[in-house]
Amino acid sequence: MNILQVKDLSVSYHNNLAVDKISFDVEQGDLLGIIGPNGAGKTTLFRAILGLESYIGNIKLFGFEDSNYQKILSLIGYVPQKVEFEPNFPATVSDVVSMGLVSEKKIKEGEKLIEQSGCSWNRIYKDIKNNGEKITLALGTVGLEHLKDRRIGELSGGELQRVFIAKSLVKDPLLLILDEPVTSADVESQTKFYNVIKKINEENKITIVWSSHDLEALSKYATRVACMNRTLFFHGTKEKFFSDENLVKTYTESAMQMHMHHHDV
Amino acid sequence: MQKALIAGIAVAIICSFMGTFLVLRRYSLFGDGIAHVSFGGISIGLFLGIAPLWTAFVVAILGGLGLQKLRQSTKISGDAAVAVTLVSGLAIGVILVSASGGFSVDIFSFLFGSILLISFEDTALIIGISAGIIATLVILQKQFLHLTFNEEQAKIAGLNVSVLNYIFVVLAAVTVVTSMRLVGILLISALIVIPNIAAMMFGKGFKKTVGISISMSVFSVIVGILLSYYLNLAPSGTIVIIAVSLLLGTLAARSAGLISKTDIKTPSKISHNS
Repeated sequence: MNILQVKDLSVSYHNNLAVDKISFDVEQGDLLGIIGPNGAGKTTLFRAILGLESYIGNIKLFGFEDSNYQKILSLIGYVPQKVEFEPNFPATVSDVVSMGLVSEKKIKEGEKLIEQSGCSWNRIYKDIKNNGEKITLALGTVGLEHLKDRRIGELSGGELQRVFIAKSLVKDPLLLILDEPVTSADVESQTKFYNVIKKINEENKITIVWSSHDLEALSKYATRVACMNRTLFFHGTKEKFFSDENLVKTYTESAMQMHMHHHDV
Repeated sequence: MQKALIAGIAVAIICSFMGTFLVLRRYSLFGDGIAHVSFGGISIGLFLGIAPLWTAFVVAILGGLGLQKLRQSTKISGDAAVAVTLVSGLAIGVILVSASGGFSVDIFSFLFGSILLISFEDTALIIGISAGIIATLVILQKQFLHLTFNEEQAKIAGLNVSVLNYIFVVLAAVTVVTSMRLVGILLISALIVIPNIAAMMFGKGFKKTVGISISMSVFSVIVGILLSYYLNLAPSGTIVIIAVSLLLGTLAARSAGLISKTDIKTPSKISHNS
């Protein structure tokens, strides 16, 4: 069953096309890696899926569109590139993770709608009634249980990423969207982060769409790969992508440029 | 004096609870702006011979919503929007006050507070409204917390951000007008801001921070009212000075290492993995 179907999707800003007629599907359990240079429209694509940008074309979640799509939007987990907040915000790590359950009513409505349609997805916390327990388990999954009572502003960049993943996990997401989450984290936290992605995709069977510049990581963890630069150049299995030397070369170069650009600024 | 203490405690609780969200959303001066707008509302009431507190409520809510609109427009920055609203309210007030025969005792009591002279009816009103505000904040605290933490994330999580923002502004406006009798328009933001910045220095989670802030606020109000009563001082000023002393005490305790310092990574905003 396709969890996400994107068809002829276009998004424009001030008459400039940021995303141009993109079509692709994501199957349940997939880990789709999206590669593309800076400004390729990856974030815009995600924002359109999340209902934050107006678009032309068609997006379906479990076959639902329009008003029903809106109802199940709260079941998408999203970890953006940046989350800005006050550095001394008085919230602990568990406070932040509990925010993932803030619209519990909407989450329940969405779950009901999907159940009624006869579809299902892997819900690891389905039988857990207690929210505190869900929060502890989600923090355990990302390996941050010990930081539960720590203030959010005291965490490192790598730890923050995992907190935001936990915040998405508590609600048993239908789909998890990760927007280029590792750019400046050190090697150790990068490895931890990749292990979390691998774990939630392979063990918990959570469907993930992940934009990344790290081809090596994608070659290890992704099941499918999509290359985009406003339009979609490639969409297929990981094996097919990595067997095409030209594609790999092009995107390695763009990733390198991206990397150098990051160090310039 | 009992009435003063009871009304004072109610106001202390709503100002610091609401203030937690106001300070974190960088709306610290929003309270001040609304307070000045409600001065315009009071003068309208006095000018027309209607109960000034009710006109103040209406004008403060309208002013708050207007301010919110101004803030959302990209043309004016947040602090400039507060400045514009603040002076407009004050200007209307000054014109109407002079048209109705100049400053009276009534006006002074609204400007500087007059908690010791509070009537039974006003005390009952303050308690009723405060109970309503506290109940709303308790019910919506998770939503407001997420909205305050990051508005876009709250939207993605499925919250109706624009409705919540309107409720937030109305709550803030009602809080300010309700609190006017205690510290007066000119010092109202003190009760909203000071206990909260002190409480945030303790480095605790959300609930504990709100608890510390409310305790500090209630303490300042009780001690302030008692001191002003026995030493014949202005209650509003005394309350604020005690709150400021608590803040300075917290700062001192923190630099002396008595409170664990939070290890803040960047001086301004943290943006994760940028």
